[in-house]
Amino acid sequence: MPKFVLDGKEIEFEQGQTIIQAAKKNGITIPHFCWHESLSVSGNCRVCLVEIEKMPKLSIACATLAADGMVVYSASDKALSARNAVMEFELINHPLDCPICDEAGECKLQDYAYSHGAGESRFNEEKTHKDKRVPLGPLVMFDGDRCISCSRCIRFCDEIAKEPQLTFVKRGDRVTIVTYPGKQLDNPYSMNVTDICPVGALTSRDFRFKARVWELSKTKSVCNGCSRGCNINLEVRNNKVLRLTPRQNDEVNSFWMCDHGRVNTYKFINDENRVDGPYLRRGGTLVRSGWDEAFAAASSELKSYSKNEIAFIGSPYATCEDNYALTKFASSIIGTKHIDFMRHVDQTFGDNLLRKDDITPNSLGAEIVGVVPGKGGLNLEGIIKGIKDGNIKALYLIEDDLVEGNHELQEVFAKLDLFITHSTNFNKTTELADFVFPASTYAEKNGTIVNFEGRLQRLRPAVATFDVDRALEGMSLSRWDKFGTKFDSWAEGNKHDVRSTWRIIVGLSGAMGHKLKYGVAEEVFWDIAKNVSSFSGLDYGKVGELGAKLKLELNTKTVTA
Amino acid sequence: MALKRREKDLTFLEKIYIPEIVKGLSLTLKNMFKPKFTMQYPEEKFIPPASYRGRPVLVMEENGVERCVACGLCSRVCPPLAIEVQAAETENEKERYPVKFEINMLRCIFCGLCEEVCPEEAIVMSKDYELAFTNRKDALYGKDKLLTPVMQLQDRIDFLRNYK
Repeated sequence: MPKFVLDGKEIEFEQGQTIIQAAKKNGITIPHFCWHESLSVSGNCRVCLVEIEKMPKLSIACATLAADGMVVYSASDKALSARNAVMEFELINHPLDCPICDEAGECKLQDYAYSHGAGESRFNEEKTHKDKRVPLGPLVMFDGDRCISCSRCIRFCDEIAKEPQLTFVKRGDRVTIVTYPGKQLDNPYSMNVTDICPVGALTSRDFRFKARVWELSKTKSVCNGCSRGCNINLEVRNNKVLRLTPRQNDEVNSFWMCDHGRVNTYKFINDENRVDGPYLRRGGTLVRSGWDEAFAAASSELKSYSKNEIAFIGSPYATCEDNYALTKFASSIIGTKHIDFMRHVDQTFGDNLLRKDDITPNSLGAEIVGVVPGKGGLNLEGIIKGIKDGNIKALYLIEDDLVEGNHELQEVFAKLDLFITHSTNFNKTTELADFVFPASTYAEKNGTIVNFEGRLQRLRPAVATFDVDRALEGMSLSRWDKFGTKFDSWAEGNKHDVRSTWRIIVGLSGAMGHKLKYGVAEEVFWDIAKNVSSFSGLDYGKVGELGAKLKLELNTKTVTA
Repeated sequence: MALKRREKDLTFLEKIYIPEIVKGLSLTLKNMFKPKFTMQYPEEKFIPPASYRGRPVLVMEENGVERCVACGLCSRVCPPLAIEVQAAETENEKERYPVKFEINMLRCIFCGLCEEVCPEEAIVMSKDYELAFTNRKDALYGKDKLLTPVMQLQDRIDFLRNYK
């Protein structure tokens, strides 16, 4: 392999790599604004200037190909003074907006102003003024003053989103970014420009002024918006999810995620209508009860039906652990073979970049862990028909609002004698239920989900529930979480009395007299790994942060991708 | 064990005690006619100098709008985590304002770092030192208690401009 020397350290590279790429591969970051790993090279910010021996002038590391035997200095006096000078130019017209700017705290310009800035300005003239607070699209806010014209956002729209909606207009210090006339920045991936914008010129309208970024704790999780399973960070303050940001995983989503996932998949977690504690129906209305009381009542109700009168419906929204616990409960404790789940497919949702038509995160996982009808058991259609005919008298449904998606089911479920459901929020389905157990959302539990191509990925709890202590549970802590007490209004947030579905099933099975011996989610996973061949040999450690590909024997029904 | 005697016994005058009483009383008498330093608090209030760090307050401009833009730096720098700020958008030129600004006066240690870090000169230490609560809720000072007209804080602001 060819080698070159960077700051006295020998670095191997592949032919065709630029200096900045080779350096990054070796863990050295050369300062840069306009360069981005997965965008084309623009070379306009000039911050990555490096000194190369035998070259008459400094070169930009992002556009200079590494060559065998090259000697590069990224921090020599000459390179540093050039970088400092470039920073001085960048800061000439940049407003002192940091106190009101959402980017503050994760701003490249701020970081480099610290490391390369002079600390004061020699520019006595008035700074240029451009339009501030311009809504470029429904989700992105633009501030012309702050823009350093790196063109990352333009290149993103052209090259990744394939919708060229942004462009530069004007020249020199009047240059600014606009949408094409009559167009908005409204492509399905528009909010990624707020992530790649190195300054606060493009910010999210959804997250606007909600929190300062240093107040947020970050938890590595997976988006639940569709079956792609984009890797994300759940960013939480005061026990509330405030935003989702994409997390790099080259096997799944690269650096990106879609706007639907970013904006629409976390609000229900903070919603007012969360199911808080178990509810059971008394005299026509749902009444809050204690856990033991609800378990006892539900188990005695379940016992009064014969096993063929009871059907189970799993969920492609629930984790593998939850679905597995449900199948185990159905087969070994109730003894029924009527178990299935409903797929949710939206033909208009998918595209060629990330979005998939299957809008549930774990339909493949539910199928693999066994939420499929046993021999002679009824599938979903059969179960619905059975309820209509009166053969199925009791239904146990987890984490899926079936009525919302299909209003005909309202009449069907009304015929049930016993309807038990686990739900995160009150909805059209819980209106019909006799028992509503409060289920944790994906942000409140440990678990695994399987994406459309069979990659197993971990969910981690980011929001504490009623009986959870963040520190003891090993959840990520912000400074506020670390030092807050129960007397501080900003520390504990709204903790809901909810449990993971598998845990509710363990509790209920205990009341039925056949205890499932699971203490934590990983124990359920070990049981899956023991009994499901695709999962064999895996544990949470091996799944890790980036997931693990399952060995799939595709005897299962092909999932609509 | 023999009793240990004092090395120097008291003289007769010292023993009779009266001269010492007279000495003491004369000191008292002398001080009675000197100027008094005692302040009749609470009837009479102590007005501290501009360098005094009383409870932190928010500066309210003459048009009734706070200077604070809810940047959260005071909240970040506060060693005992006494300050909670929640920003929101406004139509004003400054774009954001604190929809909630709460100082927990049970946590506050009057260190003045909040006013030192403030980029807008929006939070300053006042001269108010009369803080007493009977329950935890009362110790949470919201915007209603914090907002103070800039006129009342002028000498602190001048002091900061000279010495900050």
